[in-house]
Amino acid sequence: MRTIKFLLEKEFRQIFRNRAILLLIMVMPIMQLVILPLAADFEVKNINLSVVDHDHSPYSRQLISKITASGYFRLQGYQASMKEAYRFIEQDKADLALEIPSGFERNLIRENEQQLFIAVNAINGTKAGLGGAYLSSILRDFNQDIRMEWIPPMRLQPLPTIEVIPKNRFNPQLNYQFFMVPGILAILLTMVGGFLSALNIVKEKEIGTIEQINVTPIRKHHFILGKLIPFWILGNVVFTLGLVVSWIIYGIFPQGNIMAMYGFIWIYLLAVLGFGLLVSTYTDTQQQAMFVMFFFMMIFILMGGLFTSIDSMPGWAKWIAALNPVSYLVEVMRMIILKGSGWSAILPHLGILLAFGVVLNGWAIWNYRKTS
Amino acid sequence: MSMNEPVIKAENLTKRFGDFTAVDAISFEVYKGEIFGFLGANGAGKTTAMRMLCGLSTPSSGTARIAGFDVYRQTEQIKRNIGYMSQKFSLYEDLTVLENIRFFGGIYGLSNQQLKLKSDALIERLGLQPEAKKMVGELPLGWKQKLAFSVSILHEPTIVFLDEPTGGVDPVTRRQFWALIYEAASNGITVFVTTHYMDEAEYCNRISIMVDGRIAALGTPKELKIQLNESSMDGVFYQLARGAKNKD
Repeated sequence: MRTIKFLLEKEFRQIFRNRAILLLIMVMPIMQLVILPLAADFEVKNINLSVVDHDHSPYSRQLISKITASGYFRLQGYQASMKEAYRFIEQDKADLALEIPSGFERNLIRENEQQLFIAVNAINGTKAGLGGAYLSSILRDFNQDIRMEWIPPMRLQPLPTIEVIPKNRFNPQLNYQFFMVPGILAILLTMVGGFLSALNIVKEKEIGTIEQINVTPIRKHHFILGKLIPFWILGNVVFTLGLVVSWIIYGIFPQGNIMAMYGFIWIYLLAVLGFGLLVSTYTDTQQQAMFVMFFFMMIFILMGGLFTSIDSMPGWAKWIAALNPVSYLVEVMRMIILKGSGWSAILPHLGILLAFGVVLNGWAIWNYRKTS
Repeated sequence: MSMNEPVIKAENLTKRFGDFTAVDAISFEVYKGEIFGFLGANGAGKTTAMRMLCGLSTPSSGTARIAGFDVYRQTEQIKRNIGYMSQKFSLYEDLTVLENIRFFGGIYGLSNQQLKLKSDALIERLGLQPEAKKMVGELPLGWKQKLAFSVSILHEPTIVFLDEPTGGVDPVTRRQFWALIYEAASNGITVFVTTHYMDEAEYCNRISIMVDGRIAALGTPKELKIQLNESSMDGVFYQLARGAKNKD
C-alpha cells in the first residue's frame, strides 16, 4: 500500500506540474460541450428549393406557398424549365427541384389525379433523403386539403383512415440537444480517459524512466494502479464538469438516480482507462499509442450508437457494438439522464462493463513486462 | 575485501536475438565490495549482459546468481538487492531533487524517517542544498549523474550496476563521480561499472574486456597490461577490441 502512495504522489505531482495539459483536460471538454450540441444537429433545415411551375394556377401557387411556409425549404427561384432547374442543382444552388406540370389544377379537378416530379440532389445524402421525405409529406397534406375542398361534406365517404398521433416520451419536444448532449459528454469522457492513460506508460518508456522502475522491486499491479487511480479521479472531475455544463447551458439534469450515474461512470472509467493502459503496454512510442487509440476511438465513436442506431446495423456490426464500451455508456447516459432510470435498469450494463474493466486491466498488468 | 564471497556468479550466460548472439557464454565472478569494470567497444554486448544481471532481460541460456538469487526465477528478489543506473538518464526531470529521492526511496520501502535522514545526508554530500527544490531537468548533466548514482544506492543495495555513468561528463565531475563510487565500495557495496574511459578502467579493482559478446580478458588492470605486454590500458583495449566484428 505504501508503494501505491508513493506512486500516486509522483503521478499527481507530474499531472499538476503540467499546467498546459491540465488546462486542456478541463477546458477542452467544456468548450466542446458548449459548441458541438448547438451545431451538430440531425434536423435538416434550409433546403434550397427550385420550382418549375408550368401551370401558374392558383393551386400551384397555393402548393408552393404551403411548401415555403413549412420552414424547411428556402425558395431559391422559379425556373422556366426542368433543364434550367437541373443546372441550378448542378451549380449547387438548389438541393431539390419540384416540377409542376401544366394543367396541374385542371387535371386535379377533372380527373382527380395529377403527378408531380421531384428531383433531388443526393450528394448530401441526409439532406436529400430528409428533404425528399419532407416534401412528400407536405404534398400528401396538400392532397388532403384539396379533397376536403372539392368533395361536399355530406358526400364525403367515410374512408377508413388510420390516424397516428405520436407522443414522444422522455423528450416530448424531440429536442435534439437532449439526445446529443449526453452522447457528446460520453465521447469526451472516453477520449480524455483513453488518451491520457494510453500515452502515459509509453511516455515513461520513451524517456527511459520505465527502465528505472522495472529494476525496482515494485509490483506490477501496484504500478498499474498507480497509473489508473489518478486518471480515474481526473475522469470523474471531467464528467462532473460536463454534467454541470449540461445543466447550466442546456438545462439537462439527470432525471434518474444520480448515484447510479456515478456508479456506472466509476466502472466505465475503469474499463476505458484499462484499455488505454493496455495500449500503452503494447506500444513503444507515444506516436504509436496515439495512432492505435485513434483507430479504436473512431470505431468506438462511430459504432457507439450516438450518431446511428445500433439496432439498424448489420449483424456483425452489432457484435462490434457489443464489445464497444462507448455503446453502453451512451445508452446508460440516455437512460438515466432522459428516461430517469435507476440502478435496476442499468445493472446488465454495469455487469458487462465491470467484466471489461477486469479483463482489460488484468490484461494490461499481465502484458506489462518488467523483464523482457 | 573477501575474495571468497561472489555476489555475482555468471556461467556461460548467453543472450541471443534471433540469429544474433549478443552475449556469448560469458563466465565470471565478482566479489563483495569490489569495483568491477566491464569494458568493451560499442556493440560488444555490455549493456545486454548487464540487463540480464539486473533481471531486466531473461538469458537465452547459461546461469547467473546475483546476490545469491537466480536470474531466471528470482528476478524480483534480485531487484530488491541491486541498484541500477542506466545509460539513458532516468530520474524524473519534472520532479524536484527531493521528490525524486523521496519517490525512489519510497518504492524501495524506506520509512519516512529513513527517507528524511537519507535525503538530507545525500543532498548535503552532493552540495545540492540550493537545488534541492529545483526540477531535476534544470540541473547540469554532471550533477544529474551524481544524483542518479546516489539515488540508485539510497536503499543500500548489495550491488550497484552502472551503465556508462560518466558518458558526456567533464573530467572534474568524473573525478567527483569516482569519489562517490569509492565511497560506496568502502561501505561494502559492490560496484559493477561499464565505461569507455581507460583512465576510469585503471580505477577498478578488476576489469573484463568484452569483444563480440565474449569476455576476451579478465584481471586486474596491472595483470592485463603485463599479459598483453602493453604499457597502458588504452593499448590493452586497442589490442583486444580491434579484431572485433560487431562495431558501430
